[in-house]
Amino acid sequence: MKIAICVKEVPDPTAEKRIDPGTNRLVRTGENTLNPYDRHAIEEAVRIKESGVETEISIVLVGPASAARTVDKALAQGGDRSVHLADDGLADSDILATSRALAALLERDAYDLVLFGQQASDAECYVMAAAVAERLDRPCVSQAASLTLDGSTLRVKRQVETGYDTVEMPLPAVVSVSDAINEPRYPSLPAIMGAKRKPHEVLSLADAGIDPDTVGGAGSRTTVRGLSKPAGRGASVRIEDDGTAAEKILAFLVENKVVV
Amino acid sequence: MAGILVFAELQGGAFATGSLGLLEEAERLGQALGEPVHALVCGDVDGSQAAALGRHGATVVHVAAGGGYGLAQPIVDAVATLQAAESFRYLLFGASIAASDAAAGAAVRLDAGLVIDAVELAADGGELVTRRAGLGDSVLAHCAFTTPVGVVVVRANAFAAAEDRSGPDAELRTFAPEFRTFSTAARISGHEEAEQSGVDIGEADVLVGGGRGLGKAENFALCEALAAALGGAVAATRAVVDAGWYPYSSQVGQTGKMVSPRCYIAVGISGAIQHKVGMQSSGLIVAINKDANAPIFDFADFGVVGDLHAIVPKLTELVKARG
Repeated sequence: MKIAICVKEVPDPTAEKRIDPGTNRLVRTGENTLNPYDRHAIEEAVRIKESGVETEISIVLVGPASAARTVDKALAQGGDRSVHLADDGLADSDILATSRALAALLERDAYDLVLFGQQASDAECYVMAAAVAERLDRPCVSQAASLTLDGSTLRVKRQVETGYDTVEMPLPAVVSVSDAINEPRYPSLPAIMGAKRKPHEVLSLADAGIDPDTVGGAGSRTTVRGLSKPAGRGASVRIEDDGTAAEKILAFLVENKVVV
Repeated sequence: MAGILVFAELQGGAFATGSLGLLEEAERLGQALGEPVHALVCGDVDGSQAAALGRHGATVVHVAAGGGYGLAQPIVDAVATLQAAESFRYLLFGASIAASDAAAGAAVRLDAGLVIDAVELAADGGELVTRRAGLGDSVLAHCAFTTPVGVVVVRANAFAAAEDRSGPDAELRTFAPEFRTFSTAARISGHEEAEQSGVDIGEADVLVGGGRGLGKAENFALCEALAAALGGAVAATRAVVDAGWYPYSSQVGQTGKMVSPRCYIAVGISGAIQHKVGMQSSGLIVAINKDANAPIFDFADFGVVGDLHAIVPKLTELVKARG
């Protein structure tokens, strides 16, 4: 069984995130790390492997050359090998362009299962799995809360607006997993030390056979025209309870027609 | 390319209220751009129910025959089939689990621009420029499309549906989507209703959110009683969900649901950023917390520093007494 996990490098959560007003882009020059949601996808692949299914886990990343450290973090978490598309021509890619680059990488190998984390913690994109699945002509389900393999059938349980659905699909398939699916373990010291020695494949756009005009800014289908501050919430009231707070809240709810 | 298509999503046999609000917003956008608004309904729907979307701004309702629309990919097929015939300029989706993925799939299939997490739809110089919230809602990015066709996913309940709207029935047109093999390879084999409450908190008008300040799991009963009196639902913070006090399905925040109810009553919630991003677009925010320094007071419209154990039961009784 060949599993690919698409991971992303994101700004470290402790670093202040800001947008460059000149380029309208998120500043990514600070401390970066592995998208925390992706750890759940890696953990799930490791569990499949530990269940006795012979499995090779590939870490797939699209990002700058400096993201090599993030690739190693993901490998330490449980990957066997990595494929890293590192090319300056990828900068400024939007969802459509990134999905094109990921799909091109995934088409290089016959993966049975492609896993994603539920979203990226920087731009909060939660639809990459669906976009990539569409490019690969594969069945897809997102936000999986549990995965069960039954031969070549994958059974997924997931939360939807009306409750929990069980979804069955044949492999090969694309799945994004929710952060409720498991508790990722911390990598051991030997795993961290060993990550660098695992097979790393680093590719340019040319190596991967990707037309530079189809990715990066040129391959994007949206552009950011400008930025603005959202409207503030306006006047607010704050009181200390003197025994009449419940009455005052009720009056506020009535005044605003929440209670009629 | 002409016209705006809104995906009107059926959830449990009824239209998601977010879809109705989105239709109404699309009508405003359509008027500004001079574009007609059509709706797409996937699956079994009563003719009069579909035609009633006219009240919310649709002039034509396209009904896709067939089933399996609880998953995103058959919806992509329906959108693509319809788009081949109609050539809409903009396609708008509400941010449900299925519709978000369907929008992404459709954008890829149509090679159209995609903007997600939109909170405003503005007509600017004859085109749609979407406001997408970023960095914990501290900034709005004005996103334009570089393609003739644009696809937008709007944040859940970003646009409220007006009550008692009137208007002519929409014209109904039924069509048969061309399903692709991979799109229909997955199927829903089982469904169970959400534990505790069948209420979709993303659609609730009033939410009573409980946090660690409740002290223990049993005290969620205080939130449940208040929510019941207000006709709303109960939400929870990540901290209490992790502690096993309340189900994950009720979790609001960065890793849970993004909600924007008309009113959010935060009970014993500190208002950490992870929770804030999930509920700060609520119409009104009421906060009850004993810690006067809690960040929740920075963005609450009505904040009470006090003991929730005294205030919440009393408020519940007062609301009940009015009903």
